[in-house]
Amino acid sequence: MADMNLRKEDFEVVGKDLKSSEEIVRKSLTYWQDAWMRLKSNRVALVALIIIILMVGMAVFAPMMTEYSYDEQNYDVISQPPNSEHWFGTDELGRDLFARSWQGARTSLFVAFVATIINVTIGVIYGGISGYFGGKTDIVMMRIIEIIYSIPRLLWVILLLVVMKPGIKPIIIAIAITGWGGMARVVRGQVLQLKQMEFVLAAKTLGADTGRILLKHLIPNTMGPIIINLTFQVPSAVFTEAFLSYLGLGIPAPAASWGSLAQSGTKMILLYPHMLLFPAALISIFMLAFNLLGDGLRDALDPRLRA
Amino acid sequence: MNETLISVRDLKKYFTVRGGKTLKAVDGISFDIHKGETLGLVGESGCGKSTAGRTIVRLYEATGGEIIYKDTNINKLNKKQLKDYTRHAQMIFQDPYASLNPRMTVTDIVGEGIDIHNLYKGMERQKRIYEILELVGLSREHANRFPHEFSGGQRQRIGVARALAIEPDFIVADEPISALDVSIQAQVVNLLKDLQDELDLTYLFIAHDLSMVKHISDRVAVMYLGSIMELTESNELYDNPLHPYTKALMSAVPIPDPDISRAKKRIILQGDVPSPIDVPTGCKFQGRCPIAEDICRVEEPALREVLPGHEVACHMVKKP
Amino acid sequence: MSENKNEKLKNITEKEDVLLNVKNLQVSFDTYGGEVKAVRGVNFKLDKGETLAVVGESGCGKSVTAQSIMQLIPMPPGRIKSGEVWLDGRDLLKYSDKEMEKVRGKEISMIFQDPMTSLNPTMKVGKQIMEALIKHQNMSKSEAKDKAVEMLKLVGLPNPERRAEQYAHEYSGGMRQRAMIAIALSCNPKLLIADEPTTALDVTIQAQIMDLMADLQKKLDTAIILITHDLGVVADVAKKIAVMYAGVIIEYGTYKDIFYNPKHPYTWGLLLSVPRLDVKKDLRLVPIEGTPPDLIAPPKGCPFAARCENAMKICKEKMPEEIKVNGSEEGEHFARCWLYHDLAPKVDNPVTKRRAKLNE
Repeated sequence: MADMNLRKEDFEVVGKDLKSSEEIVRKSLTYWQDAWMRLKSNRVALVALIIIILMVGMAVFAPMMTEYSYDEQNYDVISQPPNSEHWFGTDELGRDLFARSWQGARTSLFVAFVATIINVTIGVIYGGISGYFGGKTDIVMMRIIEIIYSIPRLLWVILLLVVMKPGIKPIIIAIAITGWGGMARVVRGQVLQLKQMEFVLAAKTLGADTGRILLKHLIPNTMGPIIINLTFQVPSAVFTEAFLSYLGLGIPAPAASWGSLAQSGTKMILLYPHMLLFPAALISIFMLAFNLLGDGLRDALDPRLRA
Repeated sequence: MNETLISVRDLKKYFTVRGGKTLKAVDGISFDIHKGETLGLVGESGCGKSTAGRTIVRLYEATGGEIIYKDTNINKLNKKQLKDYTRHAQMIFQDPYASLNPRMTVTDIVGEGIDIHNLYKGMERQKRIYEILELVGLSREHANRFPHEFSGGQRQRIGVARALAIEPDFIVADEPISALDVSIQAQVVNLLKDLQDELDLTYLFIAHDLSMVKHISDRVAVMYLGSIMELTESNELYDNPLHPYTKALMSAVPIPDPDISRAKKRIILQGDVPSPIDVPTGCKFQGRCPIAEDICRVEEPALREVLPGHEVACHMVKKP
Repeated sequence: MSENKNEKLKNITEKEDVLLNVKNLQVSFDTYGGEVKAVRGVNFKLDKGETLAVVGESGCGKSVTAQSIMQLIPMPPGRIKSGEVWLDGRDLLKYSDKEMEKVRGKEISMIFQDPMTSLNPTMKVGKQIMEALIKHQNMSKSEAKDKAVEMLKLVGLPNPERRAEQYAHEYSGGMRQRAMIAIALSCNPKLLIADEPTTALDVTIQAQIMDLMADLQKKLDTAIILITHDLGVVADVAKKIAVMYAGVIIEYGTYKDIFYNPKHPYTWGLLLSVPRLDVKKDLRLVPIEGTPPDLIAPPKGCPFAARCENAMKICKEKMPEEIKVNGSEEGEHFARCWLYHDLAPKVDNPVTKRRAKLNE
């Protein structure tokens, strides 16, 4: 203890300073701020998010960027490969594939988002009720999902086409019917787990009714898994739409979707590969980006990984 | 002082578990809690003490028996009356991490009861929340933060604040300190004691730590496998434990004094607590009891008063 | 360079019975909010066959210290910033992962708070003991099997042959912890690190397990580092005690020093805040008020200053060094506290005071 700089005054007793000990030095971060910080630091997910935003932006604005409309036929420029005039080339009827691809994006994305919103709404409510009430209600509700799931998607579309005209509507309905079960199961599992947690019991002890417990306590704590599930549903809906259109069960001409473009491109694959290449690439990039974003979100939102 | 606030009569709570078996978590317990006192309920995990507490605040529906709060049998309440009962009987939970909703701010957590019962609105509500936070030793700067930003002791105080916000007169404290570090436990226990004096509260204090229960309780009930084994004033229990289980439990408590502790002869119980699905016949403790005799394996002893205010459920304890 | 060599020489020639020597260990975790300095310069020695208790509240760095010795810190986000961990004259922090594998389980074993999550649920318990034996001791299968049953018997499991064939979920909590101890001790490690081994257990089971550990230590002569937040638990078994707070050891001494003549106000707090079953009721508990500092921004002075009744100006300015106090027989009782500086005012020791009061 050869510290010469210390003086007697330094050893004046000042006592406790409890206020400062109870102070919280960390910045206050909400769940979403925290998740956003995690997502931001994940390069891959961030790039994926930017790609998705760009593609959605293109779907909205690209048709305005080109002078060609998606259904205008021009027999002078049939089946041209990509060039400075027609960036993605033209099809066998001389329609501009750039315009058609982004018009197709509009259709595909519209189908995907609408179907996903329906899925989420039904899934969350259904799963929430099933998990919260549990017991016999739960058993019956889960069996109903299994029955719906036992009928393949394709069959639903074919059945729907018996009573409806082909187009966007039956596809959306088919995706919605066969898609919400997954979401319902996720929500149910979460709710089953959460309703045993002490903060839910505390709310019950305070006299909270079912609605309050579901809306204030259970659903907000399920948002993470809901969003993760949602990001995986969107690409799956895009794929389903493409798949159905490819089989000819989807959007009829002259309307375009990524699936229908790919289908007509396939016919020409040996002569004009670009007709398949562009819509196929768009589908792949979009699905890949969404899946990567989903992975990133899972890391960012999963409370088990929170330090 | 001796006015009875809550009277529990032959309370039973059974659960049906996988395979259709019955788990008798609480198997016919009876006790009174007087106004303004703290009744301690101790026992090892699985003895049914938490289930008893939860049944008393009506988180669980009782399988049998009565819970009487100020002359009303709360097992027979309708929905509206039940909501009124929640204003009087509140609970503090064990796990400071799981008992606070991670998506709600402290204000919303503490204010939840106020909202549910429509006690205050707007500025009044905010003022009231600040008051309660200060009452439990937190400040208004903490009001807009989220639970994960707090330490365990601070969270537990938020849990206390939530229970107090609707001005109950009876609180079930379900192992409120077991998940905390020992140095923090004293904070919460002192807080609970001060609040009791200040607000005239009655506690049912559930814990597995005998030394803390002794410290805070006026009377203590020792539970084992769903039954009460011994019930008496806390000083009497520690001066004159009669049930062999109580003796073993007390002897197992670590003493922070090495000379005494190293010199002490411990009663170390053999084996583990049996599963409440497969309760032994006769006395529930007979399998681990060092003094069990034939009668213990056949007949279950009833809780009876052997000394004034000292009840024991044991065949081997004779009336003096 | 030459200094470095001297240092090494010193380590080799040091007292023969020193098993573990931890020097200036610093561990940090990088989080989104910044660097959390979990361990901020920890020094201690452990003799062969000795029991050291590391006591402190959650977040004080006691578990991180133990995991750093084993190199079990997930990196990233964890980072061992500096320090040396000498085990029998070898610095473990310089070891590669591969080399550490030979140390873990063989020379140092660890048991954890929750025996359910540290046992493999899909493997028979006996098999889990055999695994370590076959790996580290090159035993044949049948030898390992006999040894496994023997270990289960040693830790007091009735019916060890049958128990060896069961899975962890068929065991009760206390039995699982016994099985963990059997696995940990199967290869005769020189050091057993027990991280809150009884916190998840009931009091009667806790007493069983502590009894068993004390018993086994006598039989096997293994050194033990016992990590706990409850001083009461270690009263029976510890020889030395290190009290940790906010990433540093604030007091270190024999169990007699710490229980009967503690010097640091935090240690006083730990001892005065627990109720005593053997003492009449009415003594009000003296809690340690306030909350420990967040190690993302530890105070520059003494981390306990804000909660300390005796805090002085200097405490908020400068971190105190390790000051030798009271020269107990082994002369290894130190406290990091300015109260023991020559210029500091004299303060009554509330622990000895209370003791005197109780003895009246």
